[in-house]
Amino acid sequence: MKTVTLTIDGRTVQAREGEKLLWAALENGIYIPNLCAIPGAKHPAAACRLCFVEIEGYPRPVTACTEPVVEGMVVSTRSPRVDRLVHTAFELLLSNHHLDCANCPRNRSCELQRIARERRFPLRVKRLRKLERNLQVDDSSPVVRYDPGKCVLCGRCVWVCREKGTGVLGFARRGFERKVTTFGDVPLGQSGCNGCGECVKVCPVGALTGRDSAAISI
Amino acid sequence: MHLTEGEKRVALEQTGNILESYSRERGNLIPILQQVQEKLGYVPLVAMEEVARHLGIPPVDVYSVATFYNQFRLIPPGKHQIKVCMGTACHMKGGNIILDCWKRRLGIDVNEVTPDREFSLERVACVGCCTMAPVTVIDEEVHGKVTPTRVDGLLFSFGVKIPKGQQKEGEAVEQQ
Repeated sequence: MKTVTLTIDGRTVQAREGEKLLWAALENGIYIPNLCAIPGAKHPAAACRLCFVEIEGYPRPVTACTEPVVEGMVVSTRSPRVDRLVHTAFELLLSNHHLDCANCPRNRSCELQRIARERRFPLRVKRLRKLERNLQVDDSSPVVRYDPGKCVLCGRCVWVCREKGTGVLGFARRGFERKVTTFGDVPLGQSGCNGCGECVKVCPVGALTGRDSAAISI
Repeated sequence: MHLTEGEKRVALEQTGNILESYSRERGNLIPILQQVQEKLGYVPLVAMEEVARHLGIPPVDVYSVATFYNQFRLIPPGKHQIKVCMGTACHMKGGNIILDCWKRRLGIDVNEVTPDREFSLERVACVGCCTMAPVTVIDEEVHGKVTPTRVDGLLFSFGVKIPKGQQKEGEAVEQQ
């Protein structure tokens, strides 16, 4: 396989030809915030808008998960423009995320916390109004506990449920009402979910968690 | 929303007929759903399951599309369809108050139908009568400058009597 050489944040790195920039950076230990990216997925959703980078010669920041690497590319993961974009996207995510880190099973292993740490963002909403959606926690499945109030709509669970599970999870509705749910909004326990727990492993936040911590290791 | 066995049977029959003329490509999903809605007036869950089976996709994918677009309704229409305008002018003139009023009087939420199937409630974008804001369209008839009292009056014209106690309670909430 051909390799290309590019520069990310002043570091020269090697990457496979045609690989997306995000994975090239992550494999080389350069962190770019991301939530919706799925290794191996054919079409990146580019929905979370967190992996913006600046590339020399490009007029505006681009999402790293959709940009293939090119020989001699010069990439910067930080710049005032990028930071602003990422910070705003992050704040928007937090504005309807049920922030309850102290009682959340994913405390300290949460991707939102990691992004906040890496980029020094505060884990609270300052500029925006907090919009609570008041959604019920789904406790019906014996293995999985689903809290839609913490979901960031990254779609990783939907993808993995198709790939490895039974395909019961999907998106429904639109705009502010959008949520990950099952056919006819039935509780997970009655949806035909076989409790494989793959969704729990890929969920970057505390939306899908194992009910028994021993049952599914994260 | 519970459908009767008869309704389910009709829905399945009609969906089956519609599916016969479509190939098993995913791209046919929206045309099929539109056909189902044209035939039945709504897209019930049982029909969605049939469509999913025909196209070989998870039922939740069909549900996802059907809930995404406003044109699909998931419940049977009531005998009288109440559409509350939520366009800019109606919004400014308190369209949401009127919507809340309908909700409370009928005891249902938006996109629901009363248990007796008499009324269904919808919110629509501009109906083009902004000077009459706030507007409610019942069946095909436009009612302008709607007030909470007017809501009661309209319901009364359909033979729905508002119990005294309920009316008092309703008024109190509106004043807040």
